[in-house]
Amino acid sequence: MSPESATAVEKNLQMRLWRGDAEGGEFTEYNIPAQEGEVVLDVVHRIQAEEAPDLAVRWNCKAGKCGSCSAEINGRPALMCMTRMSTLNIEEPITVSPMRGFPIIRDLVTDVSFNYAVARRVPAFQPPKLAEGEVFRMQQVDVDRSQEFRKCIECFLCQNVCHVIRDHEDNKESFAGPRFFARLAELEMHPLDTLDRRRLTSEQFGLGLCNITKCCTEVCPEGIHITDNAIIPLKERVVDARYDPVAWLGRKITGKPDPTPAAVAARFAPETLAQQQEARSAGRIGTHPETSGAGTSR
Amino acid sequence: MTIVDPAKSNMSVTAVQIGKQRGGPPLTQVLRKDRWWLQPALIVFGLSLFGIYATWAAFRNGHYYAGPGLAGGGRDYLSPFYSPCLADVCNSQGQYTGWGPIFGTWWAISPALLILIFPLGFRMTCYYYRKSYYRSFWLSPPACAVPDAGSATPNGKRKRYTGETRFPLLIQNIHRYFWYAAVAFAGILTWDAYASFRFVGGYGMGLGSLIFVVNAALIWSYTLGCHSCRHLCGGGINKLSAHASRLWLWKNIASKLNARHQLFAWLSLIWIAFADFYVYLVSSGMIHDPRFF
Repeated sequence: MSPESATAVEKNLQMRLWRGDAEGGEFTEYNIPAQEGEVVLDVVHRIQAEEAPDLAVRWNCKAGKCGSCSAEINGRPALMCMTRMSTLNIEEPITVSPMRGFPIIRDLVTDVSFNYAVARRVPAFQPPKLAEGEVFRMQQVDVDRSQEFRKCIECFLCQNVCHVIRDHEDNKESFAGPRFFARLAELEMHPLDTLDRRRLTSEQFGLGLCNITKCCTEVCPEGIHITDNAIIPLKERVVDARYDPVAWLGRKITGKPDPTPAAVAARFAPETLAQQQEARSAGRIGTHPETSGAGTSR
Repeated sequence: MTIVDPAKSNMSVTAVQIGKQRGGPPLTQVLRKDRWWLQPALIVFGLSLFGIYATWAAFRNGHYYAGPGLAGGGRDYLSPFYSPCLADVCNSQGQYTGWGPIFGTWWAISPALLILIFPLGFRMTCYYYRKSYYRSFWLSPPACAVPDAGSATPNGKRKRYTGETRFPLLIQNIHRYFWYAAVAFAGILTWDAYASFRFVGGYGMGLGSLIFVVNAALIWSYTLGCHSCRHLCGGGINKLSAHASRLWLWKNIASKLNARHQLFAWLSLIWIAFADFYVYLVSSGMIHDPRFF
């Protein structure tokens, strides 16, 4: 090893990791020698191996494909395994906190079950009825748009950064979040799907709450253009279905069916919003701080 | 299609859990170390500057047409803020051809106040500008992972955030109608660009002609890259392969320009103010428009 690189290796990192659980927590600083070619997850693993064996961190592939190691590095939502230490200023302390949009489990691990609850309300692909011997045929150009959204690794960084739920906890029930708008757009644009989810997207998934500030697109590690290619096209489709009088007149003249009511489309999903609301109000799952006085929301 | 009825299936019902303790420090604590405030600050500066200029230009109600009677050589330059020419001034200065004034001399207030409703409405409801002013003026949020200040109240409690679901922001859904008007205005500005090549005694080209051509090109680039345009071209169709011409428009025009929508939003905004100011300078005799041929 040359003297220059030895100097570089000897530089110490000041890593400030969030330690705590639902009872509270704080940043704990760890000083650890820098090593070349590392990503943030490597450093966190070295801290875990050498200084804090009880540190909780969720990870899996270390290749930006599993979406497990989502966190906030110097306050910016990112995957720890895809953030190179060389992109950070190591002269200053580097903070690593859990995703602040979700409930804490421990240290850097959060409970992302909110997303699974929303996922169960999304009606899946509804194929057309095929005649005897008929097969599905699609042109590549027709599935290009949907395939962009299939790149999603469900890291939920977009869900975490979206201020509609990050800063307004009470919207979690009525707002699906960017990841699920991408899923809904994928289904809506599918050339063979037969279900109209436009009113459902607007009325039960809260598309109108999105004020298109593009943070979801900024943090997406897969580079999916969530706002431009999913959310805004969905908003335009909702305008067709709900607000545009010319589109309404066009449907009347051409005899095209009216947009499917939200409640009808919702029945094609494993669960409906009403069922989930009922489950919570019955006290079976979770509690709401405003009604029970339990828990705190930041 | 099959309908899943959870009541009859073995699936358990899940629910969104609300109000549980979040991880990390309180959200009011900004952990970002980069200059996240720079972009909203620049947008406030840029849009405010344009707002001040546009207000002055709209109420100016004069020196917006450099016509054939111009001292030092006639031109046919009409400020984009005052186009189409509604007032008598274009005729009184001897406009070459065209429609003449739509309003007569009885119209006293600035025509720009009527005209600017349409481009203003188009830009106010534009998806890019919405992002800009929601972030920069409403601080909702000012930057990603920075707390939303837009719904904070002095007593520390938060107003309910309703986004674009209620009046007045529900009106943003009108955007496509402003786009229809924007296409008409882009056509009018294209005519103005053509007219800028008309000189006394025949066709020619001045610096103003160049400014008007660039203005029309930027306005078209912004208008055709609009998200509503993209939807109307073909974005609303699921089987694009069955609509060859709309697929071409969607893929090669609307989507490509849409990818640069922010760039064209700013360039066209700056250039249209510059074009107006240039006409003002020429019309008021402060500068002489150089003629190339």
